[in-house]
Amino acid sequence: MIRKGFSLKSVPESAFVTLLAMIFLYLPLIVLVVYAFNQNRVSTIWTGFSTIWFERVFADDNLRRAAWNSLIVALVATPVSTLLAIPAAMGFERELRFRGKAAGEALVALPLVAPEIVTAIATLIFFRLIGLQAGLLNVIIAHIVFCIPFALLPIRAQLRVIPRDIEDAAFDLYGTRWGIFRKITLPLLMPAIAAGASLAFVVSLDDFLITFMVAPAGATTLPVYLYGMLRVGVTPEANAAATLLLVVSIAVVALSMALTSRRT
Amino acid sequence: MMLAPAQNLSQRQRRRALALVAPALLMIGVFMLVPMGIAMVYSFLTPDSFGGVAPPVTVESYIRFFFDRDLDDTLRFDPTYLQIFWRSIFQAVLTTLACIVIAVPFAWYMATRGETTRKILVLLVSIPFWTNMLVRTYCWVLLLRDEGLINMGLQAVGITQQPITFLYSDAAILIGLIYASLPFMILPVYGTLEKVDFRVVEAAFDLYASRISILRKVIFPLAMPGIAAGTLLVFIPTLGAFLQPDILGGGKKLMIGSLIQQQFTSSRDWAFGSALAVILMAAVLASLIWAALKRERMEQLG
Repeated sequence: MIRKGFSLKSVPESAFVTLLAMIFLYLPLIVLVVYAFNQNRVSTIWTGFSTIWFERVFADDNLRRAAWNSLIVALVATPVSTLLAIPAAMGFERELRFRGKAAGEALVALPLVAPEIVTAIATLIFFRLIGLQAGLLNVIIAHIVFCIPFALLPIRAQLRVIPRDIEDAAFDLYGTRWGIFRKITLPLLMPAIAAGASLAFVVSLDDFLITFMVAPAGATTLPVYLYGMLRVGVTPEANAAATLLLVVSIAVVALSMALTSRRT
Repeated sequence: MMLAPAQNLSQRQRRRALALVAPALLMIGVFMLVPMGIAMVYSFLTPDSFGGVAPPVTVESYIRFFFDRDLDDTLRFDPTYLQIFWRSIFQAVLTTLACIVIAVPFAWYMATRGETTRKILVLLVSIPFWTNMLVRTYCWVLLLRDEGLINMGLQAVGITQQPITFLYSDAAILIGLIYASLPFMILPVYGTLEKVDFRVVEAAFDLYASRISILRKVIFPLAMPGIAAGTLLVFIPTLGAFLQPDILGGGKKLMIGSLIQQQFTSSRDWAFGSALAVILMAAVLASLIWAALKRERMEQLG
């Protein structure tokens, strides 16, 4: 008996699972967006296209203030965490083998490893203990901490790809360390830094739980405000606000991916 | 030009390395590691009436995790909190298993596509990964609630007359958890399968292996490093999940994350909340160590 030809490409089961999983991943998001544009207040049946809920959302002063807060926090936390991540990446990737490297790696990964709720309550306790009541600054500090590992990831990955020979050659030609970094490493690193910064930006913009727990009154961000809206129940305004948040994060991720793919 | 002695050089290099990594490590150390240490101290103190903690050092918070104190001060075993902890572990295990079952064929499909299709699929899987978790969880309320899309569909087809209550159940939480975690499993598994030499699979087929045994004995072991990485990425955040039990469980089906959150808000028992956080962190560290040991053993076996 001769076995029929085998093609890796046609494994129907895997194609079927992939299709179902894609529907699973995207159907909920599509439903949300469709409901946000639905004219009907009850938002169960489609009665026509309308942007009225977005107009309502934009007219909400509290929501505008929360969106503004989110933007301020992300715009401060992103450059600060990226500026901390760049030298750290150089230290980890270029100055190999220093004592405590493993401990350093573990510490820098801590925000990724610890469950968010643990980070949230620990930060809350700490701020209360030292009496830090600085409004948005509290939120910004918490965000810088968990943004660092995200900014660090693409920068370290890129440093592993840049051949060290280039830097070594420049060093042999009597370049100073700072000069080599500024003229050679930094330009090569730029796309990765941009990617890292946009990841930090998205992570900051999206954070709910840590901000929810540590934000003092008046320092509400958009996700925290949205949570308050959802508590009331399913409303078309909440759908519209959620859609806005969805669109912003997809836009920033798309930007980050465009920056990374241009590199290769 | 004189060459610096080798030891001086390495010492200078070490100092330079420290100076480079110090700012980032200090930031995380001061605002995360130290706070975690303080939370640990809090777990051994007594809650005061202002929602803070007060001196007498005690293990009362840990005793409360297992026991209930009667009026006459005798301890009675109380499984309430253990059940919540157990539910968290159970949900995290189920979520991880479900993600593996979906991710392996999915990643296999991705890895066997052409360059362009692969890129598009990676992008499509990554987008939910980076979108707001609160929004993504809320989407399921729109689908699962009594007037939601699924119930409307079921009634339109005539399967049921009355809406079925999906929300505020363990199943609804599980769906939300799988939904949140799936990309965390697909991407690492794809990362491993992408590098696989597919001639191995063709060879298995040529040697008359059945489709199911190809999956079990060839593809699955090949995907194993990715599955191991994905398991950590799925299991740990799921164990401490807050949003899914809160929004899809309606605060009725508590998980450890929501229980901790409650202690710091409505219940105002920071000592007990800290003790719960310490227990959760211990579980996380235990699973990390277990994973590291397992990886070591696998490497030893080859």
